[in-house]
Amino acid sequence: MEQQVILTRTDGRDHAKVLELQREAGERAKMRRRVRKVTLVTLNLIVAGIILLPLLYAVSIAFMPSNELFTTDLNLLPSHPTLENFKQALVKVPLARFVGNSFLVAGCITVGQIISCSLAAFSFSFLEYKGKNILFMIVMATMMIPGEATIISNYLTVSKLGWLDTYPVLIIPYLTSAMGIFLFRQFYMSFPISLYESAKIDGCSNLRFIFKILIPLTKAAIGAMAVYTFINAWNMYMWPLLVTGSSIHRTVQIGIGMLDSEDSQSITLMIAGVVMIIVPSISIFIIGQKQLIRGMFSGAVKG
Amino acid sequence: MNTKKKKGFSLGAYCYVLPAMLVFAVFLFYPFVKTIYLSLYKTNKMGEAKLFVGMGNYIDLLTSASFRNSLIVTAIFVVIVVAGGMMLGLLGAVLCNRAFPGIRIFSTAYALPMAIASSSAALIFKIMLHPSIGIVNKLLHLNINWINDPKYALVCVAILTAWLNSGINFLYFSAGLSNIDESIYERASVDGANAVQKFFRLTLPGLSPIMFYTLVVNIIQAFQSFGQVKILTKGGPGESTNLIVYSIYRDAFFNYRFGSAAAESVILFLIILVLTLLMFKAEKKGVSY
Repeated sequence: MEQQVILTRTDGRDHAKVLELQREAGERAKMRRRVRKVTLVTLNLIVAGIILLPLLYAVSIAFMPSNELFTTDLNLLPSHPTLENFKQALVKVPLARFVGNSFLVAGCITVGQIISCSLAAFSFSFLEYKGKNILFMIVMATMMIPGEATIISNYLTVSKLGWLDTYPVLIIPYLTSAMGIFLFRQFYMSFPISLYESAKIDGCSNLRFIFKILIPLTKAAIGAMAVYTFINAWNMYMWPLLVTGSSIHRTVQIGIGMLDSEDSQSITLMIAGVVMIIVPSISIFIIGQKQLIRGMFSGAVKG
Repeated sequence: MNTKKKKGFSLGAYCYVLPAMLVFAVFLFYPFVKTIYLSLYKTNKMGEAKLFVGMGNYIDLLTSASFRNSLIVTAIFVVIVVAGGMMLGLLGAVLCNRAFPGIRIFSTAYALPMAIASSSAALIFKIMLHPSIGIVNKLLHLNINWINDPKYALVCVAILTAWLNSGINFLYFSAGLSNIDESIYERASVDGANAVQKFFRLTLPGLSPIMFYTLVVNIIQAFQSFGQVKILTKGGPGESTNLIVYSIYRDAFFNYRFGSAAAESVILFLIILVLTLLMFKAEKKGVSY
């Protein structure tokens, strides 16, 4: 650029030539940028193709008549797509009931966690009381205990209480989360304490403050938490496997196992069932993805 | 009057932590202590502690070939899962670092595995790895019985788990990359650095704080894998995929040896605890902020 200015100033006659050179350089840079963009898109297509392969393959098989599956040829796409597998899967096991159960359980867990975590985080960030810091440290320490270290005792407890095979046993143990408390607290700490004090002076009760002021102000964190919690609850496996014996309270992830038989004719059926139970969690993920990322990283990582 | 009011106020304050603490107390602290207690006893079929054996369960476990195999299998599994899952996530994040048409679709694709349950994924992989009709053998022109061959079963379960974990790793690394100042790349370009140099000299060090966090989370998560083993291999063939958590499940709910299963749980907890502490110690040396 600088060079061009000097050139034009010293040698007026070469002005056209310089412009020409400049245009060529610009074109070359544009070309290079285009090549880079095409490479980037191609690489992305390959990697995304590999990552999505299991899902795309599952969708393809779900629409495939079972006789088409059993060839030694490469059959990526069904040549006669059919909805029969979906219909059969719904008839063979009470899949609709499992989906309903999972929505109920995951929904209750999500709402319960948001409420219990908001309340706890509120007290950790706005109230003063004895033992607050110790309590908070205890909450954080719970993250160190893996669920598997408690699952046997929990199972023995609830079976002694006669809670096996009920909805509460699927929901109650998951009604709070240390991560949620931490995330909300992180958000609440960014509000000035005067916000709380002035609300108090105006005669606002604590509960009113939480539900009318804090919760509306932390929609991003709540959205992130809701998406994350719902998906995890929907995908829960070990605990429901242990505590649900009959198909009345079974959740989708356990129920789908009923379609998993050695009978090879039912493979397409089973995959159709899997596709049906993946759709809700994927939909919620895609809808809530932006919320999830914003909420997860604005509070936790940079904070 | 004043003190009374203060006291009432602070009692009220405890009410807000009460719901959370109650759940933690009943379903985390109490069972955790009970697990440690049970691990010191021989139990009956109802899971009641009957005979105090002290460290007996632990000694039995650590001298049993089956449990030692379980530890080794789990260690190999964790290494493959963590390395594979983090590399997949990092690859996606690097590919989606610069804006280009369609970036939203690709980043959704890379994050998508985090929305999928281990059990659903295991059922899909079961068909993909099917010896005669599975797409893996067809695409690679191989004839391997992936899941029933002790040589391959563990790797298959580990790759499945790495795939599942890659989604959230992608989100972590994307967040990490967006925190790196773009201008250092421009300066490096001016100085004549190539893409590989930039990746190893700028990107990786810039990612080290989030890399550390991701590593800790991934290791803890990998140790807890269960659904995929239960559905794909049931610990077999032989005991080649008998991860610790599956071994706990089998001991407790098939053999009704709750005491021994409790001891395994405590060992799992200790392994995770020690690893986490070691990593935090290493962090102070290795991570540049």
